[in-house]
Amino acid sequence: MSNGSEMGDYQTAQTLETFGFLPKLSQEEVYDQIAYLVAQGLTPAIEHEHPSRSMDHYWTMWKLPFFGEKDINNIIGELEACRRSYPDHHVRLIGYDNYTQSQGVSFVVYEGRG
Amino acid sequence: MAVKTYDAGVKEYRDMYWTPDYVPLDTDLLACFKVTGQPEVPREEVAAAVAAESSTGTWSTVWSELLTDLEYYKGRAYRIEDVPGDSESFYAFVAYPIDLFEEGSVVNVLTSLVGNVFGFKALKHLRLEDIRFPIAYIKTCGGPPAGIQLERDRLNKYGRPMLGATIKPKLGLSAKNYGRAVYECLRGGLDMTKDDENVNSQPFMRWRDRFEFVGEAIQKAEQETGERKGHYLNVTAATPEEMYKRAEFAKEVGSPIMMHDFLTGGFTANTGLANWCRENGMLLHIHRAMHAVIDRHPKHGIHFRVLAKCLRLSGGDHLHTGTVVGKLEGDRQSTLGFVDQLRESFVPEDRSRGVFFDQDWGSMPGVFAVASGGIHVWHMPALVTIFGDDSMLQFGGGTQGHPWGNAAGAAANRVALEASVKARNEGREIEKEARDILTEAARQSPELAIAMETWKEIKFEFETVDKLDVG
Repeated sequence: MSNGSEMGDYQTAQTLETFGFLPKLSQEEVYDQIAYLVAQGLTPAIEHEHPSRSMDHYWTMWKLPFFGEKDINNIIGELEACRRSYPDHHVRLIGYDNYTQSQGVSFVVYEGRG
Repeated sequence: MAVKTYDAGVKEYRDMYWTPDYVPLDTDLLACFKVTGQPEVPREEVAAAVAAESSTGTWSTVWSELLTDLEYYKGRAYRIEDVPGDSESFYAFVAYPIDLFEEGSVVNVLTSLVGNVFGFKALKHLRLEDIRFPIAYIKTCGGPPAGIQLERDRLNKYGRPMLGATIKPKLGLSAKNYGRAVYECLRGGLDMTKDDENVNSQPFMRWRDRFEFVGEAIQKAEQETGERKGHYLNVTAATPEEMYKRAEFAKEVGSPIMMHDFLTGGFTANTGLANWCRENGMLLHIHRAMHAVIDRHPKHGIHFRVLAKCLRLSGGDHLHTGTVVGKLEGDRQSTLGFVDQLRESFVPEDRSRGVFFDQDWGSMPGVFAVASGGIHVWHMPALVTIFGDDSMLQFGGGTQGHPWGNAAGAAANRVALEASVKARNEGREIEKEARDILTEAARQSPELAIAMETWKEIKFEFETVDKLDVG
C-alpha cells in the first residue's frame, strides 16, 4: 500500500487496561461480566479514583470487598451508588481470587468526567 | 552389619541396579527415560545400566566402593513399561536418592541424569521424558524472580492474557529506529515488546544505545496511554560479567523486565541472573533458542517438559512454550502438559498429556507461558482458549506487518484479545465462534478489519514431528 490516502492514522488513546480497547460496555454486557465473576467464585469489589491518578496502584476502595455476595443486582446497585457519590471518578469492578491472591477480573465500568 | 568382600571384575548392571520391588521414597528424585537398546540386550539390563551410569556406577567394580554404602547412594531402575505403538523402545523408571544432588542446582541434576549415560554404547537412543522433583528439593531452588501473581500486580494487568511482539526485522536496525518500532507497538496497545533472541550487541546496534532509546520509548508510551509497559531487554552475553553489566543498565533505564536465553546462555548464568532479578525487583523473560536440537527427536534427547521444569527451578517469569497453532512445532495436549508444569502448584500424572509423575511445586511461584511465532489475529480466540489468562501472546509479524504500521497492528491485536476474553466470559465457545466474534469486534475497529483481511489466508498446517506416544 504505497498510497497514503488509503492508510489510516492510528491516534494514541488513553486506555484503562482490560477492555480499554472495546466500545463502552452496555448494561447487559456489564451484567454478563459480573455473572462470570460470580460463577468463578471470585469476590466482587469496587474501587474509584480521579482520572489524573489512574496509574496509581491503589485506587480508593468503595466500602469493603463484598465477601459472599452472589446477587448480580446488588453488585450493580453498589457500582451505581459509587458512581453517584464520585461522578468525576473512574469506577472499576474487581474480582478477587483468594487462591491465587490476584484479581481474576478487573475493568473500568464507568469512566469519570475528570 | 553385613561384611562385603572385594570381587574385582565386570558384573551385570542388573544385579545391583534393577530393583523391581523398590517403593520410591517421597524424597527421591524420579526419572522416566524412553530407552531404545541394542537388540540383543535384555530390557532389565539396559534399564539398570541407565540407572547405574546416571548415578553411582561405572563399568567395572572398584575396591573403593566398599568404603561407602552404595546401597544408600545408588540410583535404582524400579519399573519398565512398554511404549504405546512402539515395540523397539520402552520406558525405564529410575529413582535417585536426594543426596546425590547439590541443593538448588539444576546444573548438578542434569549433569548426572543426562550426562555420560547418553553416549552409552548399549543404547541406540535415550530420551529423558520426565523428572519428578521431590518437594524437598524444590524448596532448595530460588525459582522465578517474581512469578505470575507479582508480575500482574506490578504491571496492573488482570483478567486477560498479556500481549507482546518481537521487534522486526530481527537484525540490522539502528538503536534509534529500533526504539521507534518499540514505541509504536506500545502506544498502539501492546503491553510489552521483546528483543529477538539473536539481538545481543552487534556492530549495527550496541546494547547500551538500544537500552537508552528503548527506555525512552517505554516511558513515553506509558505517559501517553496511561498503561504500564515494558520491553524485554536481552542481556544474554558472552560472559556472566558482561551479562550483569547489561542487567544493571536495563534497570537504570527504567524497564521493568529483561530477558535471557537459558539454553545457549546456560543454567548457571540463568540461575545467577534470576537471583539478581529477584534482588533488584526486575522481571525475567526467558527465550529457549537451541531447545529443538535437544527436544524434537522423539527417541533421543530431553523432552521440553523437563527443560520447562528445570527453568521454573532455575528461575524465569516467562517461558516460550510454542503456540500449537502457529509456525513452530507443538502438539496441543503435550503443550498443555508442560504449560501446567510452569503455572500450577500441583500437577497430577496424566499420560494423555505426557505427564509421567505427580509433581508438587509447593509455594514455587508460577511462570507465564509465552506463545510466539507465526500467529496473527485469526488465531486469537484459539490462543485464549488454549493458554488461558496466565499467558503472554506475542505477535511479531502479526503486529508489525499491518498495512498501517505497528501501532495499528497492536491495536488490532488488543481489540481481538479483549473481544475474545469478553466473549469467553459471556460463556461463548470462542474457538468455534471465532469468525463471528472477530467480525463483530471489527465493526468498531478499522485496524482489526484490515488485519483480518491481511492475514485471512495464512495457515501453518504441518504434522507435528514429536507426537505423544499413543497406541
